[in-house]
Amino acid sequence: MKFNNESPIYLQLSHVLALDIVNGKYKIGDRLPSVRELSVIFKVNPNTVQKALGELENLNLIYTERTNGKFVTKDKKVIDDFLEGLAKEKTKLYVSDMKSLGFNKKEIVKMIERDE
Amino acid sequence: MLLECKNVCKSYGNKEVLKNINLSLPAGKIVGLLGKNGSGKTTLIKAINGLLSIDSGEILIDGKEVGVESKKIISYLPERNYLNVHEKVKDIIDYFNDFYEDFDKDKVYKLLNNLDIQAEDKLTTMSKGMREKVQLSLVMSRKARLYILDEPMGGVDPATRDYILDTILNNFDDGATILMSTHLISDIERVLDEVVFIDNGQITRCESAEKLREETGKSIDEVFREDFKC
Repeated sequence: MKFNNESPIYLQLSHVLALDIVNGKYKIGDRLPSVRELSVIFKVNPNTVQKALGELENLNLIYTERTNGKFVTKDKKVIDDFLEGLAKEKTKLYVSDMKSLGFNKKEIVKMIERDE
Repeated sequence: MLLECKNVCKSYGNKEVLKNINLSLPAGKIVGLLGKNGSGKTTLIKAINGLLSIDSGEILIDGKEVGVESKKIISYLPERNYLNVHEKVKDIIDYFNDFYEDFDKDKVYKLLNNLDIQAEDKLTTMSKGMREKVQLSLVMSRKARLYILDEPMGGVDPATRDYILDTILNNFDDGATILMSTHLISDIERVLDEVVFIDNGQITRCESAEKLREETGKSIDEVFREDFKC
């Protein structure tokens, strides 16, 4: 896993883990690896892992079971909503990029259809 | 505070190498001591380990002065090989086991086993990288409160650096602090909580690694290069 060292690692890590959840690498109700395990997997500081997990917890994508560890939410809607939010964000970015290149909405739609 | 340095000064002859160093490290952090060659990193580390005396100031480890009690809770990896290369691995392990109450013999055998190193092997038969791994395995097999690693990755290849980083992350005791000096910043900056910059015997920065990235939008490596441009 490559992080860039120019922006906070915990935000990058929480993003990677969120993608792992929406992609189903960690499924609904799954137990996540421990902080130490994640720290070794991603070669980052354990406190950074803790902070990244805190972000995911704020998004309700995961929850803590006392003494048992962290688990992926059992609420499918939370994951679906998060995915939709991501998709919206990406779309917005793409559309605004294309507009700055001089394409209008109709042309953008046409480009997407042609690409499929 | 686990480690406190107050107004620490040290000169070699009339060359001042530590100029009024003040440094406090809490428990449970991984701290990078970053500085150019000759900045005072190793001198500071040796002073904390009681291997040289300071001219003035005070160093406290968990509230205790440097001495037998502080050495019990510090596990130290010097920058050079300090083991007798003609001894067998198992004899070195027994030596550590006799010396340190907190040494975990099973753990070191497990670590060395992962490296395919046998108890009967001698260090003379090993490469530089392999020797560094053996030394690190010994140091990380103590249940210390403070691990001080002086250039743990000096002069080894990138794959070995990864292995060393994994070993450090896997094996330090919960709640322990790691202080490691290096100039290979980009390799280790992701594992650091705090960075301490030392230059010309003075501490020029002591702050959270993430905060520094957030504030500058740069990597620690870049900030270092800018601060210490030659």
